[in-house]
Amino acid sequence: MKRFSCGELVDLVTAYLENDLDDPTLRRLQEHLAGCEGCRRYLAQFRATVGALGALPPEPLAAPARERLLAAFRRRRRP
Amino acid sequence: MTETPGLPPDDIVVAALRAGDEAMFAALLDSWARGMLWLARSHVSTNDSAEEVVQDTWLAVIRGIDGFEGRSSVKTWVYRILVNTARKRGMRENRTVPWSSAFAGGEKPFPDGSRLQGADDPLPGFWKDIPALWPTPEGEVLAAEVREQITTALAGLPPRQRAVITLRDVEGCTSEEVCEILDVSAANQRVLLHRARVVVRGRLEEYFETVRRSA
Ligand SMILES: [Zn+2]
Repeated sequence: MKRFSCGELVDLVTAYLENDLDDPTLRRLQEHLAGCEGCRRYLAQFRATVGALGALPPEPLAAPARERLLAAFRRRRRP
Repeated sequence: MTETPGLPPDDIVVAALRAGDEAMFAALLDSWARGMLWLARSHVSTNDSAEEVVQDTWLAVIRGIDGFEGRSSVKTWVYRILVNTARKRGMRENRTVPWSSAFAGGEKPFPDGSRLQGADDPLPGFWKDIPALWPTPEGEVLAAEVREQITTALAGLPPRQRAVITLRDVEGCTSEEVCEILDVSAANQRVLLHRARVVVRGRLEEYFETVRRSA
């Protein structure tokens, strides 16, 4: 079977992380990873990126808008 | 469907909203504020406009909660109202995003390709120089700068990529939720997510490279 290139792996990282690969492709990807330090690092960077995205701090709604919406919600009870 | 951490299951949320529980309404406002604003921003031309879309969405939610039938999760329902509101407004602003053509050209920035050996190199498709090990962002300053890099990278993404990565990776929606909210197929969702992640990773790589060189 043709050797899986680093470029092929790079294209499939998201599919891999989503568990969307069929079994033969998954096996080839895992074999490649086992033998390729560069791709292991790339995968680690990719995971770190996804982790950092998930760790962004919340951004609250502007206070006046929030107040207006809460007031609108209260009014709903007393039409 | 996943539930937003910190929020109770949907039936409790809906019952509380119908009963006029202001604390529950505030909890939803606060939990989804960032995701809604960012998603609105990918359809309209200004931040003010995006804020108005978010407000109009919540007003529609307040009007519609009694008629909510539970065919989707509350989160998906609210976000779909947001997307429809934002699209209408974007059209009025002449800022239409062709959501259905996810494979249209001009959206394939693959910076990672340049890191690989070309056809004339000994091992085409393999790394030229292997990717660097990244520092763990421990220090406050580093973490703040990483956040800054990420938000800049996100702001520069094509709207559909930005919408998908915001919902999936920033807001923690499932792929099913994203497909339903944005009305894209699972395959398109994955392609958009992948391209967006590639761009953000590339930006962080450049940043860590600069830090390393100046160290
Ligand atoms: Zn490799």
